[in-house]
Amino acid sequence: MSEKRIRVLIAKPGLDGHDVGAKVVAHALRDAGMEVIYTGLHQTVEQILGTALQEDVDVIGLSILSGAHLPIAEKLMAGLKTENAGDILVVIGGNIPKRDHEKLKAMGVAGIFPTSTHFERIVDFIKGAVNVR
Amino acid sequence: MSEGPKDAKGEKKKEEKKIRPVILESGIEIKPVYGPEDLTDFGYERDLGNPGEFPFTRGIHPLMYRSRPYTMRQYAGFGTPKETNERFKYLISQGQNALNVAFSLHSQMGIDSDDPRAEGEIGRVGMAVDTLKDFEIAFDGIPIDRISTSLTINGSAAIMIAMYLAMAEKRGVKLEDVRGNAQNDILKEYIGRGTWIFPMEPSIRLIADTIEYCHHKAPKYYPVSVCGYHIRESGANPVQEIAYAYCIARSYIRLVMERGLPPDEFVGRFSFNFDIHGNIFEQVGKFRAARRLWARIMKNEFCCTSPDSMQMKMIAGGGGGGLTIEEPENNIVRAAYYGLVSALSGTQTMALCSYDEAYTIPSKKAALISLRTMQMLVEEMGLADTVDPLAGSYYIEWLTNEFERRIMQEMTKVDSMGGMVKLVADGTIQREVSNQAYILEKKLQTGEIVKVGMNKYRQEGPREEQNVDIHEYNVDSAKEKIAGLKQVKASRDNASVKAALDKLRTAAKGKDNLMPYILEAVKTYATVGEMTNAMKDVFGTFKEPVNL
Repeated sequence: MSEKRIRVLIAKPGLDGHDVGAKVVAHALRDAGMEVIYTGLHQTVEQILGTALQEDVDVIGLSILSGAHLPIAEKLMAGLKTENAGDILVVIGGNIPKRDHEKLKAMGVAGIFPTSTHFERIVDFIKGAVNVR
Repeated sequence: MSEGPKDAKGEKKKEEKKIRPVILESGIEIKPVYGPEDLTDFGYERDLGNPGEFPFTRGIHPLMYRSRPYTMRQYAGFGTPKETNERFKYLISQGQNALNVAFSLHSQMGIDSDDPRAEGEIGRVGMAVDTLKDFEIAFDGIPIDRISTSLTINGSAAIMIAMYLAMAEKRGVKLEDVRGNAQNDILKEYIGRGTWIFPMEPSIRLIADTIEYCHHKAPKYYPVSVCGYHIRESGANPVQEIAYAYCIARSYIRLVMERGLPPDEFVGRFSFNFDIHGNIFEQVGKFRAARRLWARIMKNEFCCTSPDSMQMKMIAGGGGGGLTIEEPENNIVRAAYYGLVSALSGTQTMALCSYDEAYTIPSKKAALISLRTMQMLVEEMGLADTVDPLAGSYYIEWLTNEFERRIMQEMTKVDSMGGMVKLVADGTIQREVSNQAYILEKKLQTGEIVKVGMNKYRQEGPREEQNVDIHEYNVDSAKEKIAGLKQVKASRDNASVKAALDKLRTAAKGKDNLMPYILEAVKTYATVGEMTNAMKDVFGTFKEPVNL
């Protein structure tokens, strides 16, 4: 089997310091055989974008618990388009109320995983979505 | 019954083989029954002592809540200082007797409201503070001589403490009479919560500066509240919660000792902030052991003689980590039990996470329910009547002993690996805590640890935002905050602001205590961001070790 390992960037945008979810999901994705890079805290969207391109990742996973997910996602999706990197899969986890799910999907966010989503669901989703591409 | 009578011991043994093992989150395996055989080496004087006496296992005061019930201090703050002031007044009018200020995230990070990085954050999770003016507004009409205030602030704590002291002075309260406390525990911010600004060394220096300054000028002020709470919320188990907090506290104490202050002079003004969720008895054992161990460490390791130094003072509150998004009303019940645990454990101050906090900052209604819960325990249910009511229980005393042993073991482990400061700097503690968080999350997902309504008896289907009023981000109040800052900047004496900031920057390069310089800048209405940047020019910023 020479199947390429999926590369994921787990990113913490903005000032929010709640990183338990980000780290825990990073662990789970790694256990599922993916290569995981974690940005650390307090990242700007530009920094996240830069790291994603430099590391040539297949997936960006944003972890946001501050409530600022809509403006952050909008900025990131626009940035990806500008950089011609629209093929990078973007998923979001954290404190994301249901009423915002449609808005995020309309922006091009592929998967939304609110707090307490099972690892299995996240892993299956990413594997499925990346392999289709 | 066809079988003949059996002796009780044999019967018990046989039964025990059939039952499932119970292992607490702390890794302690517990038996179904405890008796005198579990406390063979138990000495009342040595292990418990009377309440108010060494080693303070039973509580730090002789009569505990009978002479003064625990302080009720709900965490509150949002939007502008004016909005926060209204919430403070409401809580006080309902019987709350202390305040606990929540700061906006950008204020916690030393960033002003008019900075682009604050966009979308102004007042979202706490009160936005830019200058002394904001403290004046937030505490307007609040009897600060009677109501003590806790500032939940870390990265920018030296500045916020200075603002509180300056505000109190302006109100005519002498510095030596100012009461209150600040969280001001930067080491735990590197482990969890993440509102760090400067690298570790200057950050810890600022902690020592505040302790030393308050010791000399504001001796009633508690400058540090070491937070096991956030370490536990980040994944640590209850043993690590206490062990890491004590290792952190020891680091601060040693640093201040290096400045020539003996511990008995300042350790009495240390307090702790601990977490409650999970197994009820485990928490009670944890707190009783923690109190005893602190007394022993202070007496034996730091050679303290003042009882005040040996008395572990704590705020112990219901932890957000115990609450669930599913069926949020269940969190009211959970918080009530957490409050019960806190009262049974002899806390000095209580605060409970409100039932809607898995969704939003607490609504007025949710905050009131939390306050009422704490009041019911004291005034309806007899929790204030008798000190340490679980003392002498075979199970609780055994658990207390076991906890003390394990906390010491964990502390020795930290010491043998190079000490807390080193292990935080290289990310070892962070990695340990996030590994624990991963293990815990897996146990929750498999149902090995049960959360009713979440991973057991779960209702499928739409679950969102039931009966919870989401706190909406208020764009108008954010605009008002920025306009207010503009006004302050226009009306202050900008030459003296600049002079004070220059002095602060210069002092940061040397070894002086920075508090007098910060206070001077605060009094010129310099902003949080301006002061932070002046120090950042010298200190730089922290580079996070990101080794998962």
